[in-house]
Amino acid sequence: MLLSNTETIPGKEIREFYGLVAGSTVRAKHIGRDFMAGLKNIIGGELTGYSELLQDSRQEAMNRMEEQAKKVGANAIVNIRFSTSSIAQGAAELYCYGTAVKVE
Amino acid sequence: MEELIQLGFFAGLLMLGYFWGSVNERRHYHSIRRREKKYQSVPAVSFKSVPANIEVKTSKLVIGSTVISIDYFKRFMAVLYNLVGGRLKPYESLLDRARREAILRMKQSSPKAQLIINVRVETASISKSSRKGTVGSIEVLAYGTAINYK
Repeated sequence: MLLSNTETIPGKEIREFYGLVAGSTVRAKHIGRDFMAGLKNIIGGELTGYSELLQDSRQEAMNRMEEQAKKVGANAIVNIRFSTSSIAQGAAELYCYGTAVKVE
Repeated sequence: MEELIQLGFFAGLLMLGYFWGSVNERRHYHSIRRREKKYQSVPAVSFKSVPANIEVKTSKLVIGSTVISIDYFKRFMAVLYNLVGGRLKPYESLLDRARREAILRMKQSSPKAQLIINVRVETASISKSSRKGTVGSIEVLAYGTAINYK
């Protein structure tokens, strides 16, 4: 599966469009990470636990998007966009979407 | 007596935030500058497509993200700045660090790329404190399409 956030796959030509595909996941942070983050909030710096959590979740959202694209018979997804929204205290939704296409 | 203990606790947090926070920031900037030099040869641009004279061999989506928190002292300073208005310097450096780190991670995830096009940088605040209007930590996500020439 070829992925790109440009409007075409560079160096290839789009033959067919299959429409929008999307993947999303809602994740909550667990209490151990939250405790460490509370300490880090005093001294500043990177919150490694949160960084990893968001990276994993984003990967999962992308996997779901790819599965959806495979189902419709696409071999690439173009114009991918990401968005993050916090929907409740301590939970975040990671969403990604793109256009499934067939390229040659 | 109880107030005194509370005041002492608060002052302790401020001191801890001030010293650790500034050490952390200096260290982080040092590492950012070092890695930025290393990856200077991989330009990350916001062009929507590849320049016309370039022939592309492979392309791939690359992502880099980071979550960075502000320290206690700076958060306190920001509250004071809010009274007089003007530049919020503590937050400026926080956002600057986070963005540069995210772009660096994006480059690191694909070290053999020769060009990264259509770079987008997104910021989301992951608010932790319940006080209204204060930001505990921010997440920055940078993504683009890595290109290898023919």
